[in-house]
Amino acid sequence: MSDTIAPARRFSLTALANPTRFLSYSGKILPWLGGLSAIILIVGLYMSFTAPADYQQGITVRIMYVHVPAAWLSMMGYMVMAVSALGTLIWRHPLADVSIKAAAPIGAAFTFLALATGSLWGKPMWGTWWVWDARLTSVFVLFLMYLGIIALQRAMDDPVKAARPVAILVLVGTVNIPIIKFSVNWWNTLHQPAAVIRMDGPTIDPSMLWPLLVMAVGFTLLFFFMHMVAMRTEIWRRRIASMRRASAREQRGAAKPVLAE
Amino acid sequence: MTHAQYVFVSYTLTAIVLGGIGLWLWLDRRARLAELKRLEESGVRRRSQDRAGHRA
Repeated sequence: MSDTIAPARRFSLTALANPTRFLSYSGKILPWLGGLSAIILIVGLYMSFTAPADYQQGITVRIMYVHVPAAWLSMMGYMVMAVSALGTLIWRHPLADVSIKAAAPIGAAFTFLALATGSLWGKPMWGTWWVWDARLTSVFVLFLMYLGIIALQRAMDDPVKAARPVAILVLVGTVNIPIIKFSVNWWNTLHQPAAVIRMDGPTIDPSMLWPLLVMAVGFTLLFFFMHMVAMRTEIWRRRIASMRRASAREQRGAAKPVLAE
Repeated sequence: MTHAQYVFVSYTLTAIVLGGIGLWLWLDRRARLAELKRLEESGVRRRSQDRAGHRA
């Protein structure tokens, strides 16, 4: 009895965005999203290499055009997972867990890039590759959170069973995001305070701010392009698993009468 | 290392990591689509599809 009621309820909740509809819409959007991100990244790269050198940092300021967007994307990727985690826990949306699984490796890659390019910028400017200050440490913790979420998802065979613990872990880790953002204000850090997203407006000269913003838009579009590709693949992966299960059940069912004889 | 080399390594590393993720996503997508095709060709269907392969 409950088996017949549950699918009907699920359908009413997911009628607006079921996986099949998502595959259809995203298939149409993907080429445009990919093309747009490629064009904006090419323009951003051109602007990054034609922007003036900093009067103190010289040409090493060009590292900023990949480091800062990567750092923003590392946090945005986590917020995409946090919103998806709410989708899993509150609405039990079938695409929410798919979204978390798709976003985690991409977010981890951007976090790794933020750490690595930051290190490559730190050595010539600070004289050290790494310090355990609040900003660097909290971003390192974010990287570990990503790895933990990826590990938990892959440790469980059934993605439906893994969805809730993964969503809870994602939400617990969300506390780190404001810590990363405000670490440079709350503690005395070697890392500089915010220069773009601040109450009194950006403190960077427009000649450097524009390439940075264009690169950030390009990186953001690239993130969503990759996220969408990964979500589609994950939907197919789950379809394959359910088809294999159904096929195994059918074969077992067909084998039973023979065994009874 | 010179300052130019730090900049070069940063951009190269970014290209390698993002390119690597892109390649992995593409290979994974290709493998899943091939697997799905194999299953459908061997007659395994989703519950929402009828035997002729059309969506119900």
